[in-house]
Amino acid sequence: MLVVETVGLTKDYDYGHIKRSRRRALDHLDLSVEQGEIFGLIGPNGAGKTTTLKLLMGLVFPTSGSATILGLPVDDPEVKSQIGYLPEQPYFYDYLTGRELLHHFGELFGLSKPVRKQRAEALLEKVGMSEAADEPLRKYSKGMTQRIGIAQTLMNEPKLVFLDEPMSGLDPVGRREMTSLVRELQRSGVTVFFCSHILPDVEALCDRVAILNQGKLIESGRLSEILDVSIRSVSVVLEDVGESLERACTECAIDVHRVGARLEVSFAEGADFDRLLPAVIEGGARVVSVTPVKQRLEEHFVREVERAGES
Amino acid sequence: MRTTAYVALNTYRETVRDKVLYNLLLFALLMISSSYVLGKISVYQEIKIIKDLGLASISIFGMVIAIFIGIGLVSKEIDKRTLYSVLTKPVSRTQFLVGKYLGLCLTLFVNVCVMTLGLYLVLLVMAEPLDPMLLVAIFLIYMKLTVLVAVAILFSTFTTSILAGLFTGFIYVAGYFSADLKNFHTIVDSGIVPILTKGLYYLLPNFRNFDVKSAVVAGLPIEATQVGWAVLYAILYIVLLLVASTWIFQRRNLK
Ligand SMILES: Nc1ncnc2c1ncn2[C@@H]1O[C@H](COP(=O)(O)OP(=O)(O)OP(=O)(O)O)[C@@H](O)[C@H]1O
Ligand SMILES: [Mg+2]
Repeated sequence: MLVVETVGLTKDYDYGHIKRSRRRALDHLDLSVEQGEIFGLIGPNGAGKTTTLKLLMGLVFPTSGSATILGLPVDDPEVKSQIGYLPEQPYFYDYLTGRELLHHFGELFGLSKPVRKQRAEALLEKVGMSEAADEPLRKYSKGMTQRIGIAQTLMNEPKLVFLDEPMSGLDPVGRREMTSLVRELQRSGVTVFFCSHILPDVEALCDRVAILNQGKLIESGRLSEILDVSIRSVSVVLEDVGESLERACTECAIDVHRVGARLEVSFAEGADFDRLLPAVIEGGARVVSVTPVKQRLEEHFVREVERAGES
Repeated sequence: MRTTAYVALNTYRETVRDKVLYNLLLFALLMISSSYVLGKISVYQEIKIIKDLGLASISIFGMVIAIFIGIGLVSKEIDKRTLYSVLTKPVSRTQFLVGKYLGLCLTLFVNVCVMTLGLYLVLLVMAEPLDPMLLVAIFLIYMKLTVLVAVAILFSTFTTSILAGLFTGFIYVAGYFSADLKNFHTIVDSGIVPILTKGLYYLLPNFRNFDVKSAVVAGLPIEATQVGWAVLYAILYIVLLLVASTWIFQRRNLK
Protein backbone atom coordinates (compact mmCIF):
# COMPACT_ATOMS: atom_id res chain seq x y z
CA MET A 1 0.00 0.00 0.00
CA LEU A 2 1.15 3.53 -0.69
CA VAL A 3 1.19 5.45 2.55
CA VAL A 4 2.03 8.77 0.96
CA GLU A 5 1.24 9.76 -2.57
CA THR A 6 1.46 13.12 -4.26
CA VAL A 7 0.27 13.82 -7.76
CA GLY A 8 1.38 16.97 -9.55
CA LEU A 9 1.74 18.73 -6.22
CA THR A 10 2.50 22.39 -6.88
CA LYS A 11 2.87 25.37 -4.57
CA ASP A 12 3.33 29.03 -5.47
CA TYR A 13 4.09 31.54 -2.75
CA ASP A 14 2.96 35.14 -3.04
CA TYR A 15 5.42 37.91 -2.42
CA GLY A 16 4.93 41.59 -1.71
CA HIS A 17 1.79 43.48 -0.88
CA ILE A 18 1.81 46.20 -3.48
CA LYS A 19 3.72 44.67 -6.35
CA ARG A 20 2.47 41.12 -6.28
CA SER A 21 4.69 38.40 -7.55
CA ARG A 22 4.66 34.66 -7.18
CA ARG A 23 7.43 32.18 -6.84
CA ARG A 24 7.08 28.49 -7.45
CA ALA A 25 8.34 26.59 -4.44
CA LEU A 26 7.22 23.19 -5.62
CA ASP A 27 6.63 22.16 -9.19
CA HIS A 28 4.45 19.17 -10.10
CA LEU A 29 5.85 16.77 -7.57
CA ASP A 30 4.96 13.11 -7.97
CA LEU A 31 6.08 10.98 -5.05
CA SER A 32 5.05 7.71 -3.55
CA VAL A 33 6.13 6.19 -0.29
CA GLU A 34 5.47 2.59 0.50
CA GLN A 35 4.38 0.98 3.73
CA GLY A 36 7.22 0.30 6.13
CA GLU A 37 10.04 2.02 4.29
CA ILE A 38 12.37 4.81 5.27
CA PHE A 39 12.05 7.48 2.65
CA GLY A 40 14.47 10.38 2.38
CA LEU A 41 13.73 13.64 0.65
CA ILE A 42 16.93 15.50 -0.09
CA GLY A 43 17.82 18.68 -1.90
CA PRO A 44 19.77 21.91 -1.50
CA ASN A 45 18.49 24.83 0.60
CA GLY A 46 15.27 26.21 -0.77
CA ALA A 47 14.59 23.10 -2.85
CA GLY A 48 11.08 22.75 -1.48
CA LYS A 49 11.47 19.95 1.09
CA THR A 50 9.82 21.80 3.95
CA THR A 51 7.15 23.05 1.58
CA THR A 52 6.38 19.46 0.62
CA LEU A 53 5.99 18.46 4.26
CA LYS A 54 3.83 21.49 5.06
CA LEU A 55 1.57 20.63 2.15
CA LEU A 56 1.29 17.06 3.40
CA MET A 57 0.49 18.34 6.89
CA GLY A 58 -2.24 20.65 5.60
CA LEU A 59 -0.49 23.72 6.99
CA VAL A 60 -0.37 25.28 3.54
CA PHE A 61 -2.64 24.47 0.63
CA PRO A 62 -1.49 23.40 -2.83
CA THR A 63 -1.81 25.72 -5.81
CA SER A 64 -2.60 22.61 -7.82
CA GLY A 65 -2.22 18.88 -7.56
CA SER A 66 -3.16 16.65 -4.68
CA ALA A 67 -1.78 14.39 -1.98
CA THR A 68 -2.99 11.47 0.06
CA ILE A 69 -1.74 9.99 3.32
CA LEU A 70 -2.66 6.41 4.25
CA GLY A 71 -5.01 6.51 1.29
CA LEU A 72 -6.95 9.48 2.67
CA PRO A 73 -6.89 13.10 1.51
CA VAL A 74 -4.46 15.09 3.68
CA ASP A 75 -7.25 17.16 5.25
CA ASP A 76 -9.15 14.09 6.47
CA PRO A 77 -9.38 14.36 10.30
CA GLU A 78 -8.62 10.63 10.61
CA VAL A 79 -5.12 11.18 9.18
CA LYS A 80 -3.80 13.27 12.04
CA SER A 81 -4.36 10.72 14.75
CA GLN A 82 -2.18 8.25 12.86
CA ILE A 83 0.81 10.38 12.01
CA GLY A 84 3.59 12.20 13.80
CA TYR A 85 5.26 15.38 12.59
CA LEU A 86 8.45 17.08 13.62
CA PRO A 87 8.54 20.63 12.22
CA GLU A 88 11.77 22.06 10.83
CA GLN A 89 12.33 24.36 13.79
CA PRO A 90 10.28 22.90 16.56
CA TYR A 91 8.33 25.75 18.08
CA PHE A 92 6.49 24.70 21.17
CA TYR A 93 4.89 26.51 24.07
CA ASP A 94 8.05 27.46 25.87
CA TYR A 95 6.38 28.04 29.22
CA LEU A 96 5.61 24.33 29.49
CA THR A 97 8.10 21.82 30.81
CA GLY A 98 9.15 18.92 28.61
CA ARG A 99 6.89 16.55 30.50
CA GLU A 100 3.93 18.96 30.40
CA LEU A 101 4.37 19.37 26.66
CA LEU A 102 4.09 15.63 26.09
CA HIS A 103 1.01 15.47 28.29
CA HIS A 104 -0.47 18.44 26.47
CA PHE A 105 -0.15 16.75 23.10
CA GLY A 106 -1.35 13.49 24.64
CA GLU A 107 -4.55 15.33 25.63
CA LEU A 108 -4.97 16.55 22.08
CA PHE A 109 -4.79 12.93 20.93
CA GLY A 110 -7.48 12.11 23.48
CA LEU A 111 -5.26 9.70 25.42
CA SER A 112 -6.33 8.72 28.92
CA LYS A 113 -4.19 9.84 31.81
CA PRO A 114 -2.48 6.50 32.57
CA VAL A 115 -1.64 6.02 28.89
CA ARG A 116 -0.29 9.56 28.65
CA LYS A 117 1.85 9.09 31.69
CA GLN A 118 3.24 5.77 30.60
CA ARG A 119 4.06 6.98 27.07
CA ALA A 120 5.50 10.29 28.20
CA GLU A 121 7.88 8.60 30.65
CA ALA A 122 8.94 5.98 28.12
CA LEU A 123 9.59 8.61 25.45
CA LEU A 124 11.45 10.95 27.79
CA GLU A 125 13.70 8.03 28.61
CA LYS A 126 14.12 7.11 24.97
CA VAL A 127 15.21 10.58 23.86
CA GLY A 128 17.41 11.04 26.92
CA MET A 129 15.40 13.89 28.42
CA SER A 130 14.24 12.36 31.70
CA GLU A 131 16.49 14.58 33.74
CA ALA A 132 15.51 17.88 32.14
CA ALA A 133 11.83 16.88 31.92
CA ASP A 134 10.74 19.33 34.60
CA GLU A 135 12.45 22.39 33.22
CA PRO A 136 10.52 24.76 30.99
CA LEU A 137 11.30 24.55 27.30
CA ARG A 138 12.54 28.10 27.22
CA LYS A 139 15.60 26.91 29.13
CA TYR A 140 16.37 24.11 26.69
CA SER A 141 19.25 24.14 24.23
CA LYS A 142 18.52 23.62 20.55
CA GLY A 143 19.36 19.94 20.70
CA MET A 144 17.25 19.43 23.81
CA THR A 145 14.27 21.08 22.12
CA GLN A 146 14.87 18.84 19.14
CA ARG A 147 14.84 15.78 21.40
CA ILE A 148 11.56 16.79 23.01
CA GLY A 149 10.27 17.50 19.51
CA ILE A 150 11.05 13.96 18.50
CA ALA A 151 9.38 12.59 21.62
CA GLN A 152 6.15 14.50 20.91
CA THR A 153 6.13 13.08 17.39
CA LEU A 154 5.71 9.60 18.85
CA MET A 155 3.11 10.27 21.57
CA ASN A 156 0.27 8.72 19.56
CA GLU A 157 2.28 5.69 18.43
CA PRO A 158 1.91 6.79 14.81
CA LYS A 159 1.91 4.53 11.78
CA LEU A 160 3.78 7.12 9.81
CA VAL A 161 6.16 9.88 10.88
CA PHE A 162 7.31 12.97 9.02
CA LEU A 163 10.59 14.39 10.22
CA ASP A 164 11.91 17.68 8.89
CA GLU A 165 15.67 17.70 9.47
CA PRO A 166 15.55 15.43 12.51
CA MET A 167 19.33 15.52 12.98
CA SER A 168 19.66 19.29 13.10
CA GLY A 169 21.02 20.55 16.37
CA LEU A 170 21.93 17.09 17.63
CA ASP A 171 25.42 16.25 18.83
CA PRO A 172 27.22 13.21 17.36
CA VAL A 173 25.83 10.97 20.08
CA GLY A 174 22.36 12.36 19.50
CA ARG A 175 22.69 11.78 15.79
CA ARG A 176 23.60 8.18 16.35
CA GLU A 177 20.71 7.76 18.78
CA MET A 178 18.39 9.32 16.22
CA THR A 179 19.63 6.91 13.58
CA SER A 180 18.96 3.92 15.77
CA LEU A 181 15.58 5.34 16.78
CA VAL A 182 14.57 5.58 13.11
CA ARG A 183 15.72 2.01 12.54
CA GLU A 184 13.79 0.87 15.58
CA LEU A 185 10.67 2.60 14.27
CA GLN A 186 11.04 0.82 10.99
CA ARG A 187 11.39 -2.52 12.75
CA SER A 188 8.13 -1.90 14.55
CA GLY A 189 6.43 -1.26 11.22
CA VAL A 190 6.41 2.54 11.18
CA THR A 191 6.96 4.28 7.87
CA VAL A 192 9.44 7.15 8.12
CA PHE A 193 9.48 10.10 5.73
CA PHE A 194 12.28 12.53 6.37
CA CYS A 195 14.17 15.47 4.96
CA SER A 196 17.81 15.95 5.65
CA HIS A 197 20.98 17.60 4.52
CA ILE A 198 23.21 15.09 6.19
CA LEU A 199 23.66 12.74 3.29
CA PRO A 200 25.75 10.05 4.97
CA ASP A 201 22.87 9.61 7.43
CA VAL A 202 20.40 9.45 4.60
CA GLU A 203 22.55 6.92 2.83
CA ALA A 204 22.86 4.80 5.94
CA LEU A 205 19.15 4.86 6.70
CA CYS A 206 16.99 5.19 3.65
CA ASP A 207 15.50 2.53 1.48
CA ARG A 208 14.54 5.07 -1.11
CA VAL A 209 15.35 8.70 -1.73
CA ALA A 210 14.04 11.52 -3.87
CA ILE A 211 16.23 14.41 -4.92
CA LEU A 212 14.56 17.78 -5.20
CA ASN A 213 16.08 20.87 -6.76
CA GLN A 214 14.39 24.24 -7.15
CA GLY A 215 11.01 22.69 -6.58
CA LYS A 216 11.47 19.97 -9.17
CA LEU A 217 12.03 16.28 -8.64
CA ILE A 218 15.25 15.38 -10.40
CA GLU A 219 15.48 11.78 -9.37
CA SER A 220 13.88 9.19 -7.14
CA GLY A 221 14.32 5.53 -6.49
CA ARG A 222 16.08 2.90 -4.44
CA LEU A 223 19.51 3.92 -3.30
CA SER A 224 21.01 0.89 -5.01
CA GLU A 225 19.46 2.02 -8.29
CA ILE A 226 20.37 5.66 -7.97
CA LEU A 227 23.95 5.14 -7.04
CA ASP A 228 25.60 3.78 -10.10
CA VAL A 229 27.36 0.64 -8.90
CA SER A 230 29.13 0.12 -12.23
CA ILE A 231 31.17 3.26 -11.71
CA ARG A 232 33.70 2.04 -9.25
CA SER A 233 36.65 4.23 -8.81
CA VAL A 234 39.72 3.15 -6.88
CA SER A 235 41.83 5.15 -4.57
CA VAL A 236 45.50 4.16 -4.46
CA VAL A 237 48.23 5.29 -2.10
CA LEU A 238 51.81 5.06 -3.38
CA GLU A 239 55.18 5.67 -1.75
CA ASP A 240 58.57 6.65 -3.19
CA VAL A 241 57.11 7.97 -6.40
CA GLY A 242 59.58 9.42 -8.89
CA GLU A 243 58.93 12.47 -10.97
CA SER A 244 58.19 10.70 -14.25
CA LEU A 245 55.81 8.32 -12.53
CA GLU A 246 53.97 11.21 -10.90
CA ARG A 247 53.54 12.77 -14.32
CA ALA A 248 52.19 9.50 -15.69
CA CYS A 249 49.75 9.32 -12.79
CA THR A 250 48.51 12.84 -13.40
CA GLU A 251 47.75 11.90 -16.98
CA CYS A 252 45.53 8.89 -16.39
CA ALA A 253 44.06 9.55 -12.95
CA ILE A 254 41.16 11.82 -12.00
CA ASP A 255 42.82 13.21 -8.94
CA VAL A 256 46.35 13.30 -7.56
CA HIS A 257 47.34 14.50 -4.13
CA ARG A 258 50.75 14.59 -2.53
CA VAL A 259 50.77 14.05 1.23
CA GLY A 260 54.37 14.08 2.48
CA ALA A 261 56.25 11.19 0.91
CA ARG A 262 53.00 9.60 -0.20
CA LEU A 263 50.95 10.13 -3.28
CA GLU A 264 47.18 9.63 -3.18
CA VAL A 265 45.81 8.85 -6.60
CA SER A 266 42.16 8.38 -7.57
CA PHE A 267 41.34 6.44 -10.71
CA ALA A 268 37.96 6.55 -12.37
CA GLU A 269 38.16 2.84 -12.97
CA GLY A 270 40.23 -0.05 -11.66
CA ALA A 271 41.43 -0.79 -15.21
CA ASP A 272 43.20 2.56 -15.39
CA PHE A 273 45.31 1.59 -12.44
CA ASP A 274 45.98 -1.85 -13.91
CA ARG A 275 47.48 -0.20 -16.99
CA LEU A 276 49.73 1.95 -14.87
CA LEU A 277 50.86 -0.86 -12.60
CA PRO A 278 53.93 -1.99 -14.64
CA ALA A 279 55.24 1.59 -14.64
CA VAL A 280 54.79 1.78 -10.87
CA ILE A 281 56.86 -1.32 -10.28
CA GLU A 282 59.48 -0.26 -12.79
CA GLY A 283 59.77 3.19 -11.22
CA GLY A 284 60.59 1.56 -7.87
CA ALA A 285 57.50 2.90 -6.12
CA ARG A 286 55.62 0.95 -3.45
CA VAL A 287 51.87 0.39 -3.35
CA VAL A 288 50.64 1.14 0.18
CA SER A 289 46.94 0.55 -0.38
CA VAL A 290 44.29 0.08 -3.04
CA THR A 291 40.71 0.88 -1.99
CA PRO A 292 37.69 0.54 -4.22
CA VAL A 293 35.41 3.54 -3.80
CA LYS A 294 31.70 3.07 -4.14
CA GLN A 295 29.89 6.10 -5.34
CA ARG A 296 28.62 8.06 -2.40
CA LEU A 297 25.24 9.71 -2.27
CA GLU A 298 26.97 12.97 -1.57
CA GLU A 299 28.96 13.00 -4.82
CA HIS A 300 25.96 11.84 -6.75
CA PHE A 301 23.84 14.54 -5.20
CA VAL A 302 26.32 17.30 -5.95
CA ARG A 303 26.71 16.12 -9.53
CA GLU A 304 22.98 15.84 -10.16
CA VAL A 305 22.25 19.22 -8.67
CA GLU A 306 25.02 20.82 -10.70
CA ARG A 307 23.78 19.18 -13.84
CA ALA A 308 20.24 20.36 -13.14
CA GLY A 309 21.61 23.85 -12.60
CA GLU A 310 23.37 23.87 -15.96
CA SER A 311 20.43 22.78 -18.06
CA MET B 1 -16.29 18.91 21.64
CA ARG B 2 -13.82 17.44 24.11
CA THR B 3 -10.94 18.87 22.08
CA THR B 4 -12.53 22.32 21.93
CA ALA B 5 -13.08 22.25 25.68
CA TYR B 6 -9.49 21.20 26.22
CA VAL B 7 -8.16 23.98 23.99
CA ALA B 8 -10.39 26.45 25.87
CA LEU B 9 -9.17 25.29 29.26
CA ASN B 10 -5.61 25.42 28.08
CA THR B 11 -6.10 28.92 26.74
CA TYR B 12 -7.48 29.94 30.10
CA ARG B 13 -4.43 28.48 31.83
CA GLU B 14 -2.15 30.21 29.34
CA THR B 15 -3.75 33.62 29.88
CA VAL B 16 -3.67 33.39 33.65
CA ARG B 17 0.09 32.85 33.38
CA ASP B 18 0.31 36.26 31.72
CA LYS B 19 1.73 38.95 33.97
CA VAL B 20 -0.01 41.67 31.95
CA LEU B 21 -3.31 40.29 33.15
CA TYR B 22 -2.40 40.76 36.81
CA ASN B 23 -1.12 44.25 36.24
CA LEU B 24 -4.33 45.21 34.52
CA LEU B 25 -6.43 43.61 37.21
CA LEU B 26 -4.47 45.34 39.94
CA PHE B 27 -4.86 48.63 38.19
CA ALA B 28 -8.61 48.11 37.79
CA LEU B 29 -8.98 47.28 41.48
CA LEU B 30 -6.97 50.36 42.42
CA MET B 31 -9.23 52.47 40.31
CA ILE B 32 -12.37 50.96 41.80
CA SER B 33 -11.13 51.51 45.32
CA SER B 34 -9.99 55.04 44.52
CA SER B 35 -13.64 55.81 43.84
CA TYR B 36 -13.97 55.49 47.60
CA VAL B 37 -11.72 58.51 48.03
CA LEU B 38 -13.45 60.43 45.27
CA GLY B 39 -16.79 59.60 46.81
CA LYS B 40 -15.61 61.05 50.09
CA ILE B 41 -14.63 64.34 48.49
CA SER B 42 -17.90 65.02 46.74
CA VAL B 43 -20.42 65.35 49.47
CA TYR B 44 -23.80 64.49 48.01
CA GLN B 45 -23.31 62.06 45.21
CA GLU B 46 -20.70 59.75 46.64
CA ILE B 47 -22.55 56.50 45.97
CA LYS B 48 -23.36 57.49 42.44
CA ILE B 49 -19.71 58.27 41.78
CA ILE B 50 -18.53 54.99 43.20
CA LYS B 51 -20.99 53.01 41.11
CA ASP B 52 -20.26 55.04 38.00
CA LEU B 53 -16.54 54.71 38.31
CA GLY B 54 -16.71 51.07 39.29
CA LEU B 55 -18.80 50.09 36.29
CA ALA B 56 -16.68 52.21 33.97
CA SER B 57 -13.53 50.52 35.30
CA ILE B 58 -14.95 47.07 34.72
CA SER B 59 -15.93 48.03 31.20
CA ILE B 60 -12.64 49.70 30.28
CA PHE B 61 -10.30 47.17 31.81
CA GLY B 62 -12.37 44.33 30.44
CA MET B 63 -11.98 45.93 27.03
CA VAL B 64 -8.22 46.30 27.43
CA ILE B 65 -7.86 42.68 28.56
CA ALA B 66 -10.07 41.46 25.70
CA ILE B 67 -8.03 43.34 23.10
CA PHE B 68 -4.53 42.84 24.45
CA ILE B 69 -4.87 39.19 25.24
CA GLY B 70 -7.41 38.41 22.53
CA ILE B 71 -5.28 39.50 19.59
CA GLY B 72 -2.23 37.70 20.96
CA LEU B 73 -3.99 34.39 21.28
CA VAL B 74 -4.22 33.54 17.63
CA SER B 75 -1.70 35.82 15.93
CA LYS B 76 1.00 35.03 18.47
CA GLU B 77 0.59 31.35 17.74
CA ILE B 78 0.85 32.07 14.03
CA ASP B 79 3.90 34.33 14.47
CA LYS B 80 5.69 31.95 16.82
CA ARG B 81 4.60 28.94 14.78
CA THR B 82 3.52 27.04 17.85
CA LEU B 83 0.45 26.35 15.76
CA TYR B 84 2.31 23.87 13.56
CA SER B 85 2.53 21.22 16.20
CA VAL B 86 -1.02 21.81 17.41
CA LEU B 87 -2.79 21.73 14.06
CA THR B 88 -0.98 18.55 13.04
CA LYS B 89 -2.62 16.83 15.98
CA PRO B 90 -6.27 15.81 15.68
CA VAL B 91 -7.41 19.41 16.24
CA SER B 92 -9.30 21.12 13.46
CA ARG B 93 -8.80 24.80 12.80
CA THR B 94 -12.40 25.42 13.85
CA GLN B 95 -11.88 23.63 17.15
CA PHE B 96 -8.72 25.61 17.71
CA LEU B 97 -10.35 28.96 17.05
CA VAL B 98 -13.55 28.29 18.99
CA GLY B 99 -11.49 26.86 21.86
CA LYS B 100 -9.35 29.98 21.96
CA TYR B 101 -12.48 32.12 21.95
CA LEU B 102 -14.16 30.24 24.78
CA GLY B 103 -10.93 30.17 26.80
CA LEU B 104 -10.58 33.92 26.66
CA CYS B 105 -14.24 34.38 27.56
CA LEU B 106 -13.55 32.26 30.62
CA THR B 107 -10.54 34.41 31.53
CA LEU B 108 -12.66 37.52 31.14
CA PHE B 109 -15.43 36.02 33.22
CA VAL B 110 -13.06 35.37 36.11
CA ASN B 111 -11.61 38.86 35.80
CA VAL B 112 -14.98 40.55 35.68
CA CYS B 113 -15.98 38.56 38.77
CA VAL B 114 -12.90 39.75 40.63
CA MET B 115 -13.57 43.37 39.67
CA THR B 116 -17.23 42.98 40.68
CA LEU B 117 -16.16 41.70 44.06
CA GLY B 118 -13.88 44.72 44.37
CA LEU B 119 -16.76 47.06 43.65
CA TYR B 120 -19.05 45.38 46.15
CA LEU B 121 -16.29 45.45 48.72
CA VAL B 122 -16.01 49.23 48.40
CA LEU B 123 -19.79 49.52 48.78
CA LEU B 124 -19.58 47.28 51.83
CA VAL B 125 -16.91 49.44 53.39
CA MET B 126 -19.11 52.47 52.76
CA ALA B 127 -21.90 50.59 54.54
CA GLU B 128 -24.09 50.97 51.49
CA PRO B 129 -26.84 48.58 50.41
CA LEU B 130 -25.46 46.10 47.85
CA ASP B 131 -27.54 47.03 44.85
CA PRO B 132 -28.20 43.79 42.87
CA MET B 133 -29.04 45.83 39.78
CA LEU B 134 -25.34 46.46 39.40
CA LEU B 135 -25.03 42.80 38.46
CA VAL B 136 -27.35 43.36 35.52
CA ALA B 137 -25.17 46.17 34.25
CA ILE B 138 -22.04 44.08 34.74
CA PHE B 139 -23.62 41.11 33.01
CA LEU B 140 -24.31 43.25 29.96
CA ILE B 141 -20.78 44.63 30.06
CA TYR B 142 -19.60 41.05 30.00
CA MET B 143 -21.81 40.30 27.00
CA LYS B 144 -20.27 43.28 25.22
CA LEU B 145 -16.79 41.97 26.01
CA THR B 146 -17.57 38.55 24.55
CA VAL B 147 -18.57 40.27 21.31
CA LEU B 148 -15.35 42.25 21.40
CA VAL B 149 -13.27 39.10 21.86
CA ALA B 150 -14.91 37.64 18.76
CA VAL B 151 -13.96 40.81 16.87
CA ALA B 152 -10.35 40.46 18.07
CA ILE B 153 -10.29 36.80 17.01
CA LEU B 154 -11.65 37.70 13.58
CA PHE B 155 -8.94 40.29 12.96
CA SER B 156 -6.15 38.12 14.23
CA THR B 157 -7.01 35.38 11.74
CA PHE B 158 -5.80 37.52 8.88
CA THR B 159 -3.55 40.28 10.13
CA THR B 160 -0.64 40.87 12.47
CA SER B 161 -1.16 41.31 16.22
CA ILE B 162 -0.52 45.05 16.11
CA LEU B 163 -2.94 45.74 13.30
CA ALA B 164 -5.50 43.39 14.82
CA GLY B 165 -5.25 45.36 18.07
CA LEU B 166 -5.69 48.68 16.30
CA PHE B 167 -8.64 47.46 14.28
CA THR B 168 -10.34 45.94 17.29
CA GLY B 169 -9.84 49.16 19.24
CA PHE B 170 -11.33 51.05 16.34
CA ILE B 171 -14.35 48.76 16.21
CA TYR B 172 -14.82 49.22 19.95
CA VAL B 173 -15.01 52.98 19.61
CA ALA B 174 -17.04 52.80 16.42
CA GLY B 175 -19.43 50.40 18.12
CA TYR B 176 -20.45 53.21 20.43
CA PHE B 177 -21.18 55.58 17.61
CA SER B 178 -22.66 53.17 15.14
CA ALA B 179 -26.15 54.16 16.31
CA ASP B 180 -25.39 57.70 15.17
CA LEU B 181 -24.61 56.44 11.69
CA LYS B 182 -28.23 55.47 11.23
CA ASN B 183 -29.28 59.08 11.20
CA PHE B 184 -26.17 60.36 9.48
CA HIS B 185 -28.04 60.95 6.20
CA THR B 186 -30.01 63.74 7.85
CA ILE B 187 -26.71 65.64 8.11
CA VAL B 188 -24.94 64.71 4.88
CA ASP B 189 -27.32 63.58 2.20
CA SER B 190 -25.41 63.24 -0.99
CA GLY B 191 -24.10 60.47 -3.22
CA ILE B 192 -22.98 57.28 -1.64
CA VAL B 193 -22.53 58.69 1.86
CA PRO B 194 -25.97 57.60 3.14
CA ILE B 195 -25.56 54.12 1.64
CA LEU B 196 -22.14 53.82 3.20
CA THR B 197 -23.23 54.96 6.64
CA LYS B 198 -26.33 52.74 6.53
CA GLY B 199 -24.12 49.80 5.55
CA LEU B 200 -21.71 50.50 8.37
CA TYR B 201 -24.58 50.84 10.79
CA TYR B 202 -25.75 47.33 10.05
CA LEU B 203 -22.23 45.90 9.94
CA LEU B 204 -20.73 47.38 13.08
CA PRO B 205 -21.72 46.01 16.45
CA ASN B 206 -23.88 48.42 18.41
CA PHE B 207 -22.32 48.50 21.85
CA ARG B 208 -24.91 50.91 23.20
CA ASN B 209 -27.31 47.99 23.29
CA PHE B 210 -25.31 46.73 26.22
CA ASP B 211 -24.99 50.00 28.04
CA VAL B 212 -27.37 50.30 30.98
CA LYS B 213 -24.79 51.83 33.33
CA SER B 214 -26.39 55.24 33.72
CA ALA B 215 -29.86 53.81 34.15
CA VAL B 216 -28.69 51.41 36.83
CA VAL B 217 -26.71 54.09 38.65
CA ALA B 218 -29.71 56.43 38.51
CA GLY B 219 -31.80 53.65 39.99
CA LEU B 220 -34.11 53.39 36.98
CA PRO B 221 -35.73 50.02 36.29
CA ILE B 222 -34.27 47.82 33.56
CA GLU B 223 -36.70 45.74 31.57
CA ALA B 224 -36.09 42.05 31.22
CA THR B 225 -36.88 42.21 27.51
CA GLN B 226 -34.10 44.75 26.98
CA VAL B 227 -31.60 42.41 28.58
CA GLY B 228 -33.00 39.50 26.60
CA TRP B 229 -32.63 41.32 23.30
CA ALA B 230 -29.11 42.37 24.13
CA VAL B 231 -28.14 38.76 24.88
CA LEU B 232 -29.76 37.55 21.69
CA TYR B 233 -28.00 40.26 19.73
CA ALA B 234 -24.66 39.32 21.27
CA ILE B 235 -25.09 35.61 20.51
CA LEU B 236 -26.07 36.29 16.94
CA TYR B 237 -23.17 38.64 16.44
CA ILE B 238 -20.67 36.27 18.02
CA VAL B 239 -21.83 33.34 15.90
CA LEU B 240 -21.50 35.42 12.74
CA LEU B 241 -18.03 36.61 13.71
CA LEU B 242 -16.85 33.13 14.58
CA VAL B 243 -18.22 31.69 11.36
CA ALA B 244 -16.40 34.41 9.40
CA SER B 245 -13.19 33.85 11.41
CA THR B 246 -13.29 30.12 10.81
CA TRP B 247 -13.99 30.64 7.14
CA ILE B 248 -10.90 32.84 6.79
CA PHE B 249 -8.69 30.78 9.06
CA GLN B 250 -9.43 27.53 7.27
CA ARG B 251 -8.16 29.02 4.04
CA ARG B 252 -5.08 30.59 5.47
CA ASN B 253 -1.65 29.27 4.50
CA LEU B 254 0.40 28.98 7.67
CA LYS B 255 3.72 29.88 6.16
N1 LIG C 1 6.65 31.26 4.01
C1 LIG C 1 7.16 31.41 2.80
N2 LIG C 1 6.82 32.49 2.06
C2 LIG C 1 7.33 32.67 0.85
N3 LIG C 1 8.18 31.82 0.26
C3 LIG C 1 8.56 30.74 0.93
C4 LIG C 1 8.08 30.48 2.24
N4 LIG C 1 8.61 29.32 2.67
C5 LIG C 1 9.41 28.90 1.69
N5 LIG C 1 9.39 29.74 0.64
C6 LIG C 1 10.13 29.59 -0.63
O1 LIG C 1 9.88 28.30 -1.12
C7 LIG C 1 11.06 27.70 -1.60
C8 LIG C 1 11.25 26.36 -0.93
O2 LIG C 1 11.46 26.53 0.45
P1 LIG C 1 11.54 25.34 1.47
O3 LIG C 1 11.48 25.91 2.83
O4 LIG C 1 10.53 24.32 1.10
O5 LIG C 1 12.99 24.77 1.18
P2 LIG C 1 13.79 23.58 1.88
O6 LIG C 1 14.05 22.59 0.83
O7 LIG C 1 13.08 23.12 3.08
O8 LIG C 1 15.14 24.31 2.28
P3 LIG C 1 16.09 24.11 3.55
O9 LIG C 1 16.98 23.01 3.21
O10 LIG C 1 16.83 25.39 3.61
O11 LIG C 1 15.23 23.87 4.73
C9 LIG C 1 12.17 28.69 -1.33
O12 LIG C 1 12.47 29.34 -2.55
C10 LIG C 1 11.60 29.68 -0.38
O13 LIG C 1 12.07 30.97 -0.65
MG1 LIG D 1 13.53 23.03 5.05
